[in-house]
Amino acid sequence: MSNLVILPIIIPFIIGAVLIIFAKHHRLQRVISGFTAVGMLILTIYLAFLVYQDGNIVLEASNWPAPFGIVLVADMLATLMLLLTSIISTACLFFAFQTVSSDREKFYFYPFFFFLIVGVNGAFLTGDIFNLFVFFEVMLLSSYALIVHGGTKYQLRESFKYVIINVFASALFVVAVAWLYSVTGTLNMAHISQRVAELEQTGVINVIAILFFIVFASKGALFPLYFWLPRSYYGPPAAIAALFGGLLTKVGIYAIIRVFTLIFYHEPTFTHKGIIVTIAGFTMVLGVLGAVSQFDFKRILSYHIISQVGYMVMGLGIFTPLAVAGAVYYIVHHMIVKTALFLFAGATERITGTTDLRKMGGLIKTHPVLAWLFFISAISLAGIPPFSGFFSKFPIILAGFQEGQHVISGIALLVGLLTLFSMMKIFSYAFWGKQKHTSEQAKTPIGKLLLPIVPLVALTIILGIAAEPIFQYSLLVSEQIMDPSIYIESVLKE
Amino acid sequence: MKLQKPNDVMLQVSMRVITLFIFAFSFYLFLAGHNNPGGGFIGGLMTASAILVLYLAFDMKTITKAIPFSFTTMIGVGLLIAVATGIMSMLFGYPFLTHFFDYFLFPLFGEVELTTALFFDLGVYLVVVGAAMTIILAIAEDDK
Repeated sequence: MSNLVILPIIIPFIIGAVLIIFAKHHRLQRVISGFTAVGMLILTIYLAFLVYQDGNIVLEASNWPAPFGIVLVADMLATLMLLLTSIISTACLFFAFQTVSSDREKFYFYPFFFFLIVGVNGAFLTGDIFNLFVFFEVMLLSSYALIVHGGTKYQLRESFKYVIINVFASALFVVAVAWLYSVTGTLNMAHISQRVAELEQTGVINVIAILFFIVFASKGALFPLYFWLPRSYYGPPAAIAALFGGLLTKVGIYAIIRVFTLIFYHEPTFTHKGIIVTIAGFTMVLGVLGAVSQFDFKRILSYHIISQVGYMVMGLGIFTPLAVAGAVYYIVHHMIVKTALFLFAGATERITGTTDLRKMGGLIKTHPVLAWLFFISAISLAGIPPFSGFFSKFPIILAGFQEGQHVISGIALLVGLLTLFSMMKIFSYAFWGKQKHTSEQAKTPIGKLLLPIVPLVALTIILGIAAEPIFQYSLLVSEQIMDPSIYIESVLKE
Repeated sequence: MKLQKPNDVMLQVSMRVITLFIFAFSFYLFLAGHNNPGGGFIGGLMTASAILVLYLAFDMKTITKAIPFSFTTMIGVGLLIAVATGIMSMLFGYPFLTHFFDYFLFPLFGEVELTTALFFDLGVYLVVVGAAMTIILAIAEDDK
């Protein structure tokens, strides 16, 4: 029992509530939220370190013993995700200070920002499948508010689709939870895992597994349920788009990884190597083809989210410790780099006033620092050594060949090539060529805007150069989640 | 058509009395909470409906003058009260949100069960009143 585990959920909650009260004082809001974000960063680093040293920390909320009450479980995967969440949210928050207009700030931007963090952190920590649904809803409700925030016509039209698909998926989620409850008679994930192991994963439990996969796939933007993503992420300001692009789909992927390593792991030839790998292949190919066909900075990045979510799911689908470790590493790499790239899109938009690549050009002459930082992130995303992208794709594809999954591994290599192509398209259109922005725009100072992005770029370099220790860590994470008995023992204490 | 000054004396006089009953009943529902049907959510909704009836009978300005705080602030305060009850148990070394109850003997009332869950319900109550009123007033103000 340790109340430490609840802190990543209640600190943003309290701050969100306080910020509602001070909604009209935007300077005070910035100060409070800035300090909170940094505090959360320190807290999550400490928590990750503690779990790494002493093993899982479990909190039985309200003092109801598991499996009757709701438990919060901080294992290595959860604390890693918490840490990434606070890194990304801090970067996005400091970027938002400079880009989100004060009109928008007054309409409860920061409270919703923190309630989003509450939902995300809660989803990572909870050990109860219905509670997972609740935290998903907390996250989604805040994201609905943030995605229409500002209320432009485009945002309203596209976020309507976002809301509809998510409400539908949430309804399916409840159906899936109810069905699982009617079969196993419990909601505690560790307890469900035990019961499913006793029942053997056949017939109806396989159906429930696929239903959960569909639910989380629509939240995580997998084929064929990704169509809402590119258009709805295009609308909101860069800080919000970066937060969503870095964070939200990955919560869906986290849920897939959690459910398919803890509960439905008995039939890997059908669920993992069959369905998940196939879906991952389609997701990667169609996502990257979408990106290649686009001519808009933010839209290309949005389509890349889809193709890269495919890699993570592919790692899970191959289902060896090496592949899952690769997937974990990939999530780390992707969350950091993708957020950085979206923030770069915001910075270039500040200079040129557009995100259409055909109307940009020659930025490398007027803003060389921006250009080279973008270049590092872009080739990191495409998987060029020595950056993190290479070291995260390598184990996944290697494990694919080891397991005889030649087709999917070949697809993954091809998709990496196309990723490189479309990132170079952005680079050559926006940064090379003739200068298309006016000389006044060229004087736009962006030094302050780059400050929150530089740590992210530095992290992708560090993740690449220090790949060995970080890969060891992901391997530990993957060994821990591939052995569900560790999780079950820490929750049920048997 | 010429807009006439509305003749709503009956409505206004009766509403002044009726809202008192609605308030009283909503407070009863709020206290009934955790053991019987009721609780912060239902009580809050009923209180919101009582305030809404006042808005219908009188005009916006009068009621805004009578209720001098903003409903959005109420949401924030409610959330803080609810989370504070959870944190209180943390301070005494129990897990988050642990609740306690005991029976006390009061003159006039007799034996009464007092619980810490009531404060959590109070938080929920304030959030529900605040949220319901914010939503309704936001829609109502669209007309202008």
